[in-house]
Amino acid sequence: MNRRSDFPLLAMNPGLHYLDSAATSQKPRAVLDAIVNFYETSNANPHRGAYDLSVKATDAYHGARDRIARFFGVSDPATLIFTRGTTEAINLVASSWGGANVAEGDEIVVTGMEHHANFVPWQQLAIAKRARLRICELEPDGTVKVARLAELVTKRTRIIAFSHVSNALGTINPVREIAAIARGAGAISVCDGAQSAPHLAVDFHDLGVDFYAFSGHKMLGPMGIGGLIGRRALLEGMPPYQTGGDMIEFVKDADTTWNVLPHKFEAGTPNAANAVGLAAAVDYLAAIGMDEVRRHELALIESAMTRLSAIDDLHIYGPGPAQRSGVVSFTLGDVHPHDLATILDGAGVCIRAGHHCAQPLMRRLNVPATARASFYVYNDESDIDALVAGIMTAKALFGPAHV
Amino acid sequence: MSENAANIQAMYQELILDHYRRPRNKGELEGEHTTVAMKNPLCGDEVYLHLSLEGDRVNGISFTGRGCSISQAAASMITQAVKGKTSDEAEALGARYREMIMGDKEAATDKSLGQLRALSGVSKFPARVKCALLAWNALEEGLR
Repeated sequence: MNRRSDFPLLAMNPGLHYLDSAATSQKPRAVLDAIVNFYETSNANPHRGAYDLSVKATDAYHGARDRIARFFGVSDPATLIFTRGTTEAINLVASSWGGANVAEGDEIVVTGMEHHANFVPWQQLAIAKRARLRICELEPDGTVKVARLAELVTKRTRIIAFSHVSNALGTINPVREIAAIARGAGAISVCDGAQSAPHLAVDFHDLGVDFYAFSGHKMLGPMGIGGLIGRRALLEGMPPYQTGGDMIEFVKDADTTWNVLPHKFEAGTPNAANAVGLAAAVDYLAAIGMDEVRRHELALIESAMTRLSAIDDLHIYGPGPAQRSGVVSFTLGDVHPHDLATILDGAGVCIRAGHHCAQPLMRRLNVPATARASFYVYNDESDIDALVAGIMTAKALFGPAHV
Repeated sequence: MSENAANIQAMYQELILDHYRRPRNKGELEGEHTTVAMKNPLCGDEVYLHLSLEGDRVNGISFTGRGCSISQAAASMITQAVKGKTSDEAEALGARYREMIMGDKEAATDKSLGQLRALSGVSKFPARVKCALLAWNALEEGLR
């Protein structure tokens, strides 16, 4: 089924082959309309005014939270905190839970495939607390072996932070098993869901993690909105991340008491319009069905990997299609990924080239950069045709690889 | 051929690919010298420019690093172009080069730029301008 017509930017650019959805997705008309509609019909500051319009804005904001929570199988919407995105959600946990619970000599475990957003906050927390950051090395096929990760876990382990799906390789990690290891060790599990929320059916309780972070803009929603889903008992025990308006109960001269969840973690005027936009995005995805989204992407990634691996000098990183989301990272002989991206751009093909905000992973792969194509609901085989044709153009321009 | 395809062919000339694959003046510099590191954190291109002056003249120059064809070919061609020049001459050349990369049509035909004119096609690709300027930025800092 061709969904391009639902996406104004794609519909207006028929020659465009957008293969960079792992960076950000395109937006369907329904999302853009929902944002405009909020500003045209419901715009006021939520939680503030006693007048009808403010009540309308408040209802729209909370209604959005309810719909998004349901999308992730969360029955208690107050445990879904709106943030700017995954980065802020992870920083919230590192700063608030980590700040209160990590002490000198404690340990934090991450994997070698983490995006900087799920690496640097833990590294900096470890430095600040004189704790130890332990990195689980990857298998040669770019996967995490649960037994290897388990070996790093000690009685000092306080946090295990890992991505559900790698942004650079597409690897799908065994979330439930890793969450179980954390539970067994008395540590918390923090799952970076930036690359899973858009592409896989996610039920927060079924995953068994303590925290799950996601970004709206990668799942058809607007930029600047995302969320943190957490277990209520943990969230209630945590100090605020930011302080200010909306998140307080009573402000006395000498101290302050905090509002209830989710408001305790949402200081300042909320991003209500974009929350409404994100709710429209999850409605759009739910209408397709996340199992169908996965089936569609699996077919594309199987085809792309078959066709790309038939090209001389092309090397694909990461596991096979069954353990991979719709992401393929590769290099082409001695053609630098940036040159490849420029040549592909000339053919209307948008791919990412670089370190994918995962420098620790690039060091482990021993490459400075890779080219990355990523697929989503609006892509089809014609996008892979254009990708393959562009790669052949690059090969012709650069000639045979020299060593 | 589409305009895009023509622009791409113009950028990836044989001379540029030749400098990418057989870089001139690549390696460490013997003797006393200064080294300036320039990196493009977005894409990971790295150029380390090694420079020694004798009086006011560029006596020794080389580079190390890694990156895309444009950043590495530019480093190779720039080191060739400024060897033996005074720092004033090198800076004047750099200013002209920068104008060319930013799209100045007159600069693109300026004979004083010599082989460097092969890089003029980069101006059509704003995302790649940084690659072409990386080595010059290093040289400018080194001359200061």
